[in-house]
Amino acid sequence: MNDTTPALHLESVRKVYPTGGEEVVALDHATLTLAHDEIVALVGPSGSGKTTLCSIAGGILSATDGTVCVAGQDITAYTSAQLTDFRREHIGFVFQTVNLVPFLTARENLLVVDEIGQRAGAPARRRADQLLDELGLAARRDHLPSELSGGQRQRVAIGRALMNDPDLVLFDEPTSALDTHLGEQVMDLIRNEMKARGTAAIVVTHDERMTHYADRTVHITDGVLVE
Amino acid sequence: MRLALREMRRRPGRFAIAAALLTLIAMLLMLLGGLLDGLIARSTGAIRAQRADLVVFSATAEKSFLRSRVPPDLRVRVEAVPGVHRAGGIGVTQLGARVPGNGPRDLVDVALIGYQLPPRGLPAAPRRGSAYADSVLRGEGVERGDTLRLGPARTPVKILGFVDDTSYSGAGSLWASPTTWRDVQNANRPGSTVGPGVFQSLVVQASGDPATVARRIDEATGHATQTVSKSEAADSIGGVRQQRSVFNQIIGVTLGIAIVVVALFFALLTVERVGLYGVLKAIGARSRTLFAGVVIQAVVVALIAAAIGSAFAVVLDRTLPPGTIPYQLLTSRLVISAVALVLAAIVGSAFSLRRVLRVDPASAIGRSS
Repeated sequence: MNDTTPALHLESVRKVYPTGGEEVVALDHATLTLAHDEIVALVGPSGSGKTTLCSIAGGILSATDGTVCVAGQDITAYTSAQLTDFRREHIGFVFQTVNLVPFLTARENLLVVDEIGQRAGAPARRRADQLLDELGLAARRDHLPSELSGGQRQRVAIGRALMNDPDLVLFDEPTSALDTHLGEQVMDLIRNEMKARGTAAIVVTHDERMTHYADRTVHITDGVLVE
Repeated sequence: MRLALREMRRRPGRFAIAAALLTLIAMLLMLLGGLLDGLIARSTGAIRAQRADLVVFSATAEKSFLRSRVPPDLRVRVEAVPGVHRAGGIGVTQLGARVPGNGPRDLVDVALIGYQLPPRGLPAAPRRGSAYADSVLRGEGVERGDTLRLGPARTPVKILGFVDDTSYSGAGSLWASPTTWRDVQNANRPGSTVGPGVFQSLVVQASGDPATVARRIDEATGHATQTVSKSEAADSIGGVRQQRSVFNQIIGVTLGIAIVVVALFFALLTVERVGLYGVLKAIGARSRTLFAGVVIQAVVVALIAAAIGSAFAVVLDRTLPPGTIPYQLLTSRLVISAVALVLAAIVGSAFSLRRVLRVDPASAIGRSS
């Protein structure tokens, strides 16, 4: 991806779920473009469609209508298997409940990304060590998630999301389980890491106080995007 | 794969119940297999010990030693067939033997076998009135130099020594000359006497392809004979096929239980892992990678169970006194049981495939919100 290619371009994307003979519109003609190093805060109440938007942008869900391009690749018509490979190679995820593999150490949690795909081996191990070092976790690399604090677990999750050198990282409510102080620390870390790497990110949140860490804030209500 | 193996190493307790159940099943499989092999060995040893390729019965006997009779003239025709290198007669009489010094419970089942061609482990047929005994009869108190009294006629037979693995139809065998056999048969089975030169069957050493020689023998005798391989003759001994069939059915049911145990256990484990699988799928894991992990874990559990089951089988073999329970340890049986258990584990774990496929990666990012 070159510097002028948007990290994400959604063009009039709709997502409709059939429910009991009726259709629920979760995303209604959403159009959104992210520059290659842009951080966007996506704010909206529960059920507004922000997770659906994230899922479509990350290749987890397919759009009912519209066009989805990530890092210049049109993934709109990708099959499930193609989307799986695409996610592994181009997208980073940080989940709301962190969701680290509980029986793996911090370092092994990063290396999971390598193990589930085409194994790179030594280069992947070097990258994991480098990321842990940059995230201030070098001394905790051999600790299990249960031996880490909430903030440290969140940093491991960020490291895992960066392992595949993604074009786009999706953060699903990364501060919802943290207190305000720790939440601000994590948002600061996210901003620094994304900007240092020139990586685009969407941060889903319903906490307006966290939006100033983003370059831009996009609101979503009933599936409709409002800037 | 590494993920699955690491989970087993770091959380062995999660797999303890499945491993314990499969270990019990493996022990049962090895025990059943050993008993089957032991029973078959005790039924067929006398035939397996023959240094021959073929066994010739009279055609009407339907491969039964007791019913078969091969008179001298038929034997001459058999010996004249091209490809028959050597032929020797055998005769079997099953009866009770009274063992000296055994008190009131002195009756032991034996099979007295008259022979011409020495089977494995035996010298030429001994003199009239004496016999070599199968070593299982040691367990019945028979000793070298004892004189057993056979059948209702109490025909005396002196024991000269012992030979291993030559039992017949579950009874310890006594190996004697054809003359001794006729003496015992005619004295104790007055309704089924045998004349001079008559045997129940012939064992034949073939110099060419045994199947071809067998066909030639039956053609040469005008189909007055039925010639079969040694293994088929052994299988035709009363009860052998039935024992094998019953035990194999029990072994089959045991393997079925192993499949159910593995299927239930890994189905539960997969349900517990739905969240984890959702996350792994979201970050790009294929369903087949996750399913391969489930199969690998099932195979490792089965291999551990098979190893413990094999160790149990070896200990059992070394600690059982000879001549008590008909148990025989065969390496081939251990390997077959282990392979069957691993296959059962693979089949059982396959029931989790649908559940793994159905895990939605969208569940990892809280689609419900």
